[in-house]
Amino acid sequence: MSKTYSRNSVEKNKRIWAYVFLIVPIIFYTMIRFYPTIYAFVLSVTDWNIVSKDLNFVGASNYKALVKDAMFWITLKNTIKYVVFGLPISLLLGFILAYQINKIHFGDGLFKAMYFIPYITSMVAVAWVWRWLYQPVPIGAFNNLLSSLGLPTQGFLLSKTQALPSILGTTIWADLGFQMIIFLAGLKAISPQYYEAATIDGANDRQMLFSITFPLLKPTIVFLSITGMIRYLRIFTQVMNMTYQGEGGPLNSTKPLVLYIYQSAFRSFKMGYAAALTVVLFMIILVVTILQLVVTRHEN
Amino acid sequence: MRTRNKITQSIRYLILFACGIIMLFPFFWMLATSIKQGADVYNLSLFPKNPTFKNYFRLFSSGNFPWWFFNSLLVGTIVTFSVLFFDSLVGFTLSKYKFWGKKAIFLLILSTMMIPTEMLVIPWFIMSNKLNWIDTYWGILFPGLMSGFGTFLMKQFFEGVPDDLLDAGRIDGLSEFYIWWKIAMPLVRPALSALAIFTFIGNWNAFLWPLIVINQVNRYTLPIGLSFFNGEFQTQWEMVMTGASVATIPVFIIFLVFQRQIVQGIALTGVKE
Repeated sequence: MSKTYSRNSVEKNKRIWAYVFLIVPIIFYTMIRFYPTIYAFVLSVTDWNIVSKDLNFVGASNYKALVKDAMFWITLKNTIKYVVFGLPISLLLGFILAYQINKIHFGDGLFKAMYFIPYITSMVAVAWVWRWLYQPVPIGAFNNLLSSLGLPTQGFLLSKTQALPSILGTTIWADLGFQMIIFLAGLKAISPQYYEAATIDGANDRQMLFSITFPLLKPTIVFLSITGMIRYLRIFTQVMNMTYQGEGGPLNSTKPLVLYIYQSAFRSFKMGYAAALTVVLFMIILVVTILQLVVTRHEN
Repeated sequence: MRTRNKITQSIRYLILFACGIIMLFPFFWMLATSIKQGADVYNLSLFPKNPTFKNYFRLFSSGNFPWWFFNSLLVGTIVTFSVLFFDSLVGFTLSKYKFWGKKAIFLLILSTMMIPTEMLVIPWFIMSNKLNWIDTYWGILFPGLMSGFGTFLMKQFFEGVPDDLLDAGRIDGLSEFYIWWKIAMPLVRPALSALAIFTFIGNWNAFLWPLIVINQVNRYTLPIGLSFFNGEFQTQWEMVMTGASVATIPVFIIFLVFQRQIVQGIALTGVKE
């Protein structure tokens, strides 16, 4: 009798402590995550700018304006370009690196470090280093190299057609290490027995790659594609720091959606409109995330 | 067969090494330029004729740069301690206690990982404006005090701590807080160090939110300061490269010291799904 009583009191005591431990975090998540999320949705149907005192409900007019806004479509198109060209290249290079590093037996730590370091350094810092490397002839290292090889110099960040690929080059360079590390972990998780059995059956490297490695690596590939897609959809820092006055130029040719959101909210102070833009971004990311859940569910 | 293997292996090393050097080239370039002066800066060589640390001295004796460095360090440290404390407390609670609403709370916290920061910055800014948090340290750091990712990570690790150990503590009459702090926490030290490293580096490099909440030049963090460097040093590329070096060198050092934890931590969080 007394034993069950004390057992119950221990359980009750634990429950009370659980709620005590969660008080501050619940307040935090409510005030700093959920309330602002709801607030962003609410703002998106108002015409609020910093100056006016009150919020006027304007219905869907921000969304209607957005559909007619040429700049929205330009920045959306640029964002899609970043995703469509950037992600496959960084995945492919990341995989090749991981595949090769996985085949060496000592010193892999050094190689991991070499390729991974760009991923963890400040994007602002490396954006400025690359910005200098891309400069025109007297000072830009790349153009100097080209001209010393007798090749024509390039506009890079100053050219309307080359600026986006140039920024993407920096982005892929910084992103590669992450893909490599995850691929490498995926490769290491594949049991060597598969390869041993295949070798006995006389399979060559190519056959093993396509019939063992890729199928077993599918969860890793799905994970990297989805997280990568979200990362590339949110490109901002490098464009802000590599283009003239952070405008996403020349002529908006590099401006991604997030930079447009930033400009709408904090340069033009069209808070309601910017909020509508963030809702669009949120929806895109939501769809991508649900896609991942569906694909991984399907796998299992 | 043997010799052929040896040859392919050597070629593999050679190519991996050469590509690695190319990967690191921008950093060599940055560091080399930061110790150049005068006309040497535009003499495009990786080996300065008269290496000098004058740029570093000049940077740290300028009005604002030391502040930026200090601000980044301060904000990064506070946020890291807060994340370690709260994420492990919440992770522990969600893995080791039974109570009403547990699953809902976990899912809600997990779902915050899906909300893009870009969507939150506008409401955060409005909030900071109303509460006078603009241009304050609190303003920079309040959004990062806890993280869904860290909570998830710590919960996974606390699942591996045996209940018997915690019950032994209860029999000895320890309080629940003490059981978490003194018994459970030391057992998840590897996860804590990985979380600490990610959180600190993430904050050290953070750009979007500090850019929005800070206008006052001496309250900038390093990335914001670097971004507006041209205002302070015009286009003196050697100074920009010195600033960039100061922003990256601490991360290099952290990486070299904790390489194992970082690589394992990334792989761990990425592969498990």
